Amino acid sequence: MSHDSHTMHFEYNVEGGNFTRAGYASSEIKKILKQLNVDMGIIKRTVVACYEAEVNVVAHAFSGTIYVDVSTESITIRLVDEGPGIPDIDLAMQEGYSTASSKVREMGFGAGMGLPNIKKNADKLEISSEVNKGTTLEITMFFN
Amino acid sequence: MLASAGRAPETGRDLIRKNRMKVADIVKLLDGKLICGMDRLDYTIEVAFASDLMSDVLTLKNDHVLLITGLNNMQTIRTAEMSDIHCVILARNKKASVEMLELARDNELIIIECRYSVFKTCGLLFEAGVKPIF
Repeated sequence: MSHDSHTMHFEYNVEGGNFTRAGYASSEIKKILKQLNVDMGIIKRTVVACYEAEVNVVAHAFSGTIYVDVSTESITIRLVDEGPGIPDIDLAMQEGYSTASSKVREMGFGAGMGLPNIKKNADKLEISSEVNKGTTLEITMFFN
Repeated sequence: MLASAGRAPETGRDLIRKNRMKVADIVKLLDGKLICGMDRLDYTIEVAFASDLMSDVLTLKNDHVLLITGLNNMQTIRTAEMSDIHCVILARNKKASVEMLELARDNELIIIECRYSVFKTCGLLFEAGVKPIF
């Protein structure tokens, strides 16, 4: 953790394939936002979006890092992964479209609802991806 | 009105007050076992949702949700944590693992194990007057 007078910064590593640990980072982020007395509605939307995105990294990528920045105006969460990437982002954003393995489905995910749900909860969502390299998601939440 | 002493309520209708049901009464109705959240018997739920698909649970906006599921893994607990769901029923004899219980305890979750199927669990709760979300 590091912070100056205006922003706080946190980082978490995410391990691809490790479902036991999936959600650990989102849980830590939730604790921090609660300590900062962020509005409960904003916390819920933030952590639901972050958790879906974290599960996506665990489900599809080899590894990833979550960078969190909290300022007086907003929360920005960047999930940067090394993995197969998304060949067609528009297709991936469609509800019901999924490339998840049966293992992921056994965990209660992989129904093609993750990315659409992230978009619904985030105030702003940006996705960039390169096939065979990785994907970056940037989720922004505004306090006002 | 309270059910007469010593006799189990026949439909569970006696257990609901103003569309809310206490954890203690849910356990009684389902003949369940409270395995986490022993000190939260008075917590009340307002609506119920049954799913094994956690992405679906993560779309819910309501408060005081009771989750009925047959999915017993860490993501069940994590999903409850992220969705601010305080009470989870593991149906059809699904048992919470030690890791799940530890995480549930950290998050002050209420976990009820129940031998009935998801269908019967939902049926009994619905019959008792617990409201669905959709």
